Amino acid sequence: MIRIKIRRFHARREPQELVQEWEVKEGSTLLEALTSIKCEKDPTLTFRSGCRSSVCGSCAVRVNGKEVLACAYKPKEGDLVEPRRFAKVIKDLAVDESEAFKTLKSAKAWLGEPKEDAVVTPEDEKRTERQSDCILCSSCYSACPVLETNPAFLGPFALTRDWRYVADPREGDIKGKIDTIQQNGVWDCTLCGECTAVCPQGIDPKSDILMLRTKSTQMGHVDPNMGSFGSFGLDF
Amino acid sequence: MSDILVIGGGGAGLCAAIAAKETGASVSVLGKTYPTRSQTSMAQGGINAALGNVGEDSIEAHIADTLRSAHTLGDENMIRRLCEKAPEAIGWLDSIGVPFSRLEGGRVAQRRLGGAGSERACYAQDYTGLKILHTLYDRALGMGVEFLDELFMLNFIVEEGRVLGVTAIDIGSGEVRAIGAKSVVVATGGYSGLYRGFTTNSSATTGDGVAAAVRAGCVLSDMEFVQFHPTALKRSGILISESARGAGGYLLNSRGERFIDELKPRDVVAKAIWEQIESGEDVYLDIRHLGEAFIEENLPQERKLAKLYEGVDPATDLIPIKPVAHYTMGGIEVDPNHMTKVKGLFAAGECANAYVHGANRLGGNSLLETVVFGREAGEGAALFAREYGSVSPASSAQFEKDRDFVAAIPQFTNQIDFYEKRDFMGKIFYRNVGIVRGEMGLKGVLAAIRQMQKELPFMGIADKSREFNTNLLEFIEFGNMVELAEIVLVSAIGRNESRGAHQREDFPAEDDEKFGGVHSLSWKEQGVLCNEFEGMR
Repeated sequence: MIRIKIRRFHARREPQELVQEWEVKEGSTLLEALTSIKCEKDPTLTFRSGCRSSVCGSCAVRVNGKEVLACAYKPKEGDLVEPRRFAKVIKDLAVDESEAFKTLKSAKAWLGEPKEDAVVTPEDEKRTERQSDCILCSSCYSACPVLETNPAFLGPFALTRDWRYVADPREGDIKGKIDTIQQNGVWDCTLCGECTAVCPQGIDPKSDILMLRTKSTQMGHVDPNMGSFGSFGLDF
Repeated sequence: MSDILVIGGGGAGLCAAIAAKETGASVSVLGKTYPTRSQTSMAQGGINAALGNVGEDSIEAHIADTLRSAHTLGDENMIRRLCEKAPEAIGWLDSIGVPFSRLEGGRVAQRRLGGAGSERACYAQDYTGLKILHTLYDRALGMGVEFLDELFMLNFIVEEGRVLGVTAIDIGSGEVRAIGAKSVVVATGGYSGLYRGFTTNSSATTGDGVAAAVRAGCVLSDMEFVQFHPTALKRSGILISESARGAGGYLLNSRGERFIDELKPRDVVAKAIWEQIESGEDVYLDIRHLGEAFIEENLPQERKLAKLYEGVDPATDLIPIKPVAHYTMGGIEVDPNHMTKVKGLFAAGECANAYVHGANRLGGNSLLETVVFGREAGEGAALFAREYGSVSPASSAQFEKDRDFVAAIPQFTNQIDFYEKRDFMGKIFYRNVGIVRGEMGLKGVLAAIRQMQKELPFMGIADKSREFNTNLLEFIEFGNMVELAEIVLVSAIGRNESRGAHQREDFPAEDDEKFGGVHSLSWKEQGVLCNEFEGMR
């Protein structure tokens, strides 16, 4: 047996927040551990789960400050389990997911204007195979430091999904997609790579955002950071 | 209020929503999880269509394979429609951006799954369901479909035989709401969750929509037919896709011997494995000879999961497996337009029984059904909404009943732990309502389930809070499971023969004279379960 700590939250309890320690079986997944606590010891423990096999994206939490899927992580002695960031905690490990999901709509992350006669070669498909492995677990969103200062930032997964469609030969309105992600989008990213480090599917949103920046420049958009630097030079 | 309300945001629900939206109607999708977390995300193998992109194939061959696998319980007209519309369905998925694996020149790649005479399954690596589901979700968002995420449907609101909406708990706030619509599509998935601990399915696949449908006056049919997937990881029940065998994987027993043609239909392979295990053998899937590069390219998920849950690397080790519950063929009976016995209530996907899988589903046909019949159900619901318009409910009786019930659950005495009962149900279902069944075992489980029904008021919950109460939701799910468990058992006890996925040790032969083409039907009259075998000779 090992001991893990869980940060719990309940709006109608005093104190609202507390850290509890539990004994769990060594070698099982964190999701198995959470389930056994709920079913055998404390049915009030609240978390989301689903497929148990890392495809549904329900169970992402933070362990020792790093996002993991509970179903794909084996806890170690002393681990601290917490809810994801940049989402209001509803109860314990369950956060309000709606803000993160809304970024998909803001980024218009879908095939905008399907091209009728497009041919998708194996190479085309491979180019964004990884990006389309995304399970929308919001791990990258929780890890993104830009959201600390700019809650309106579209965030990593929505931008990766935009790139997945921009790079698709079936997309007939690349300009429309690119125009949508100029504000609070590609240029707000600091390229720190925290998203890439936590993605359970090995997706690299940072490089997708770089690709989108290149595409943006090609389409006549200007890096606003460069712009301000330039004017600073002139003023001086 | 939207014109059309879709319950469940998996493959079938999203296809219904998109098809209904295309007609210009307003559409809402209500689900207990987010759409991308549905069971569809777990489908790996592929989606069938006789495109003939790889090997020679024809729609007639697809129909023949499906009919054969259905063991007289498939409806040829429905199967024909499904198979004929399959190439068009792939074309549509392609047009909205599904990232299928490709062949040189850009055609969609196809591979062979068990029971198919050809390379018929279109796929996207081993993420076929995931990638179709996410693309459908993107499409639905783009079209302006409204999403009511994390609302748990309790019951359909039915007056004078017509559906007028549903009652649901808003999970986040705990509030019970009534949501009206001109027509409703139920697409809530199957009931493999009855086999808790012994299923490939998500822990959320508890048959809520099927249970609500039978309470609302729908007929359920062929509920005894549960498909067991031959190859799930031994310890966890996590699925290892059929494509592993399709690509040339072997099944071995402890002595390293092969004991079955691995590409036979799932019912046959699952039974052969079960017999090996019952005789004391361990059974393994061996894909080592496919080579590490092939495994990494085509079966990366399988490799990751085998490492995580069994501690073995399929590139160098044998994978310990067992068959577990995977797909429920039975479900809500629908007419050829996918409407249930309740007017305006349509059903599609695994929760429905549209008579295309019969006694045993072929791999690759369920994703196909979600797309083809999901779209048809959405179109049907839109047509119904236009023809019959909106009706305001005459009473709020269903809402008040459900609100009061939810408010009463925290007062239940909680002297019996339902989590323990839920695990117990999974165990006794797997042992006795599993791959091979017998009258004694079935009747024993029926007695245990009826006891659980009586004990429900003595169960209850420890979490008394309103917000995000998963303890409460799981208790309601358990109530749905117990309701369906009885129906599965009564149907299985009545079918004194072996057919497809329903194998009886006491009646080992297929009895065409008595049961050929005969469906089990179950419904409720004043809350009492009724069951008959339609047209049994």
